[in-house]
Amino acid sequence: MGVLERIAAVRGTEGYTAVDARDGTPCVRIEASALPAFALMLRDECGFETNTFVTAIDRTEKRPVFDICYQFLSLQHADRVRVLIEVDAADPRVPTIKDLWIGASYSERECFDMFGVAFEGHDPLERLLMPEGYEHHPLRKEFPHHGIEPDRLYREWERTRSAGGKA
Amino acid sequence: MGSLKPVGPAAQDAGFLATKADALVNWGRKNSLWPMPLGLSCCGIELMAMIGPKFDISRFGAEAARFSPRQCDLLIVAGTLTWKMAQAARTIYDQMPDPKWVIAMGVCSSSGGMYDSYAVVQGIDMLMPVDVYVPGCPPRPDAVIDAILKLQKKIERESPIRDLTQGRNEGDESGTGVFDMPPNDAVATSRIGTFLDADSEELA
Repeated sequence: MGVLERIAAVRGTEGYTAVDARDGTPCVRIEASALPAFALMLRDECGFETNTFVTAIDRTEKRPVFDICYQFLSLQHADRVRVLIEVDAADPRVPTIKDLWIGASYSERECFDMFGVAFEGHDPLERLLMPEGYEHHPLRKEFPHHGIEPDRLYREWERTRSAGGKA
Repeated sequence: MGSLKPVGPAAQDAGFLATKADALVNWGRKNSLWPMPLGLSCCGIELMAMIGPKFDISRFGAEAARFSPRQCDLLIVAGTLTWKMAQAARTIYDQMPDPKWVIAMGVCSSSGGMYDSYAVVQGIDMLMPVDVYVPGCPPRPDAVIDAILKLQKKIERESPIRDLTQGRNEGDESGTGVFDMPPNDAVATSRIGTFLDADSEELA
């Protein structure tokens, strides 16, 4: 039984839209508010034990939206499902799923770091890859190739150090 | 023995050696470099091979790698230095006692290498003075050994006694501090243009 049939057997066909992904992975689109219930259903009733990744897709070249993209892996059924949530690019926020898959915690931090997506309920939401105190989100389309003042934090630290302060 | 030469046959017979203090100090320093390996990426693997028995930098007196900067005088920055790591790298450099030297191993630490990006320091000479640059991605261990030999020649030319008496050691210890990247819009636009298929709704 395929992924979409399993989901339909549990929850019917209401509240989500199946979309075609280019690589053939079963893919559904839901609303942000529906995520906690939908994710719990995927984990407990459809057998998706693993969250593979959480990321975002910047679609602002066409419309001012981000797609938040979740992929889940079911080891018992040997298949995957992808969940897409469209959010406003000016204020991207979705509920967290780190209480359902603890491993999603790092993925959400990375997604926050790179795209500035706020994961509500993930507290504190800290950067994962970029230095603490960095203000920009590098994987957004608006972010220039060479970055925005990539050396600023280091220079501030260096000024403190050379002024004799505790670095 | 390099610049340490007995002065005339008479001195040799008498069992003593006349030389300049500079030459003696330099001879001691260049033949017992203590590397601080700062292995940041794949260059670190070549660095390990260089220290190991096959390439064996103990032939040149530089095999005693210590993992405390307080016990080292040669910082080998092997690999990609990110801005997040930059403070740590500079702290390590500051903690090393004088005299100290720096080898930038590989193109990443020399110039940023292929990581022409917001996250990577475009050459560690922005943060600290560098003595020898080693090109390669990663360089072979032989190339780094060659860098150590070049550094030894460089140390031979130093004047430690003059530096000591005239306070010359307190030179400029900072890097160039220049972060000047050329505008690279060609890369930014053309690559994205080819990767993005305008007709596909779902890239995901």
